[in-house]
Amino acid sequence: MNLRITLATAGRILRQLRGDHRTVALMIVVPCVLLGLLAWIYADVPVDVFDRIGPALLGVFPFVVMFLVTSIATLRERTTGTLERLLTTPLGKGDLMLGYALAFGAMAVVQAVVATGFAVWVCGLDILGPLWLLVLIALFDALLGTALGLLASGFARTEFQAVQFMPAFVLPQFLLCGLLIPRDQLPPVLEAISNVLPLSYAVDAMKDVTVQVEPLADVLPSLAVITAWIVVALALGSLTLRRRTP
Amino acid sequence: MTNKAVDDAIVVEHLRVVRGVREVLPDLSVRVPRGQVIGLLGPSGGGKSTLMRAVVGVQVIAGGTVTVLGEEAGSPGLRRRVGYLTQAPSVYGDLTVRDNVDYIAKVMGVGSDATDRAIATVDLTDHADARVENLSGGQESRANLACTLVGDPEVLVLDEPTVGLDPVLRRDLWDMFRGLAAEGRTVLVSSHVMDEAVRCDRLLLLREGRILSDSTLPELLERTGAADAEEAFLALIDEADRGGGAAA
Repeated sequence: MNLRITLATAGRILRQLRGDHRTVALMIVVPCVLLGLLAWIYADVPVDVFDRIGPALLGVFPFVVMFLVTSIATLRERTTGTLERLLTTPLGKGDLMLGYALAFGAMAVVQAVVATGFAVWVCGLDILGPLWLLVLIALFDALLGTALGLLASGFARTEFQAVQFMPAFVLPQFLLCGLLIPRDQLPPVLEAISNVLPLSYAVDAMKDVTVQVEPLADVLPSLAVITAWIVVALALGSLTLRRRTP
Repeated sequence: MTNKAVDDAIVVEHLRVVRGVREVLPDLSVRVPRGQVIGLLGPSGGGKSTLMRAVVGVQVIAGGTVTVLGEEAGSPGLRRRVGYLTQAPSVYGDLTVRDNVDYIAKVMGVGSDATDRAIATVDLTDHADARVENLSGGQESRANLACTLVGDPEVLVLDEPTVGLDPVLRRDLWDMFRGLAAEGRTVLVSSHVMDEAVRCDRLLLLREGRILSDSTLPELLERTGAADAEEAFLALIDEADRGGGAAA
């Protein structure tokens, strides 16, 4: 690990993103469009469902988007030979993974600021807690997506496979995270599973910020669980980055 | 023996590499002296790239040892001293030539003046700010080469660096390889173009994972009575096939 190399790697990834205007636009605009659509769907429903689902989605977007972008980007590094070259240089595996985390984390902050602002000021989402906390949780979700994406890319040989890992890794978590029905109403086995999955904690944290004025005490344990997942995923992901390959 | 190991830039002993079910290199031993341009020649599929991957330490090996500059191939101390050019261009298509080379420069810990020098060496200064994906195939492989050169390594392992390049540029690159060797660097270059053999100090002819010949070009021509490297190589293959047939 070397700070200069880590920062150079993050800078290189951001430079690649900067050249891809369409991807950046999609990352920023799509969450807003979906939030707007959701608010519109529930516009005429007496119970304010949007206030329940909106914050949860703010936690899901950065996770899904960063998972996809990272798994494809690192798969490309594996298949085009850029990774092979890098692993013959002084670059450490940690430099590469942290470089990705920094670059996509920065991207996630921008995405979260725009999406949160849009949800609150355009769609009229009611948030009792501090908005910066929503952005912070979104950043953790993004890092989680990046870490799991790195891990998933180790098991994919083609970009088709990498894309298919998204529903495999993400959809079960999405179904069990409490968005469809509250987690305590799930069958016991599913509730137990949802108690382990990281996205459940991301959505819980987002909900806490929505309904509490001082949510920090409830949010921090959730962030701790997400952090543990990030660390485990990065550790497992580093095992898939081998200097020597068959 | 110890002295010789230090004098030789690359020492390969009883290297065995298995990829899938195929034994690509059954038992390969070779020494590459310092400060020379070594041509690694032979038909594709003969194990050239696998040998090079073993020398830079990215190949899983089934047996034997590979020592580079006195250290085990791929060890951390070598990563600043060995430069590797992969056969397929391993550059980022969505970055400019300068951004690609500059990134490797930062990873290798050299200044941005090294970036400009490396780009000038491969004659891409006019295209430095073009994205690699918009370049021609030959320009892309030169951008790739610039990334290898930028760290100014002591040992260069170049897998087909001149493939697809025009004759003038090929000549210039070979002049550069000779210049690097004259400064004491070791350049291991693979090629399947036999006429590039005349620019090498030594030739390694590799076929089906075995070294058919390890000598200078004049020695090779004298031994086979051939007029050029290609003819000599064909003569060696015939000789090996006859030998194999007689033994069977």
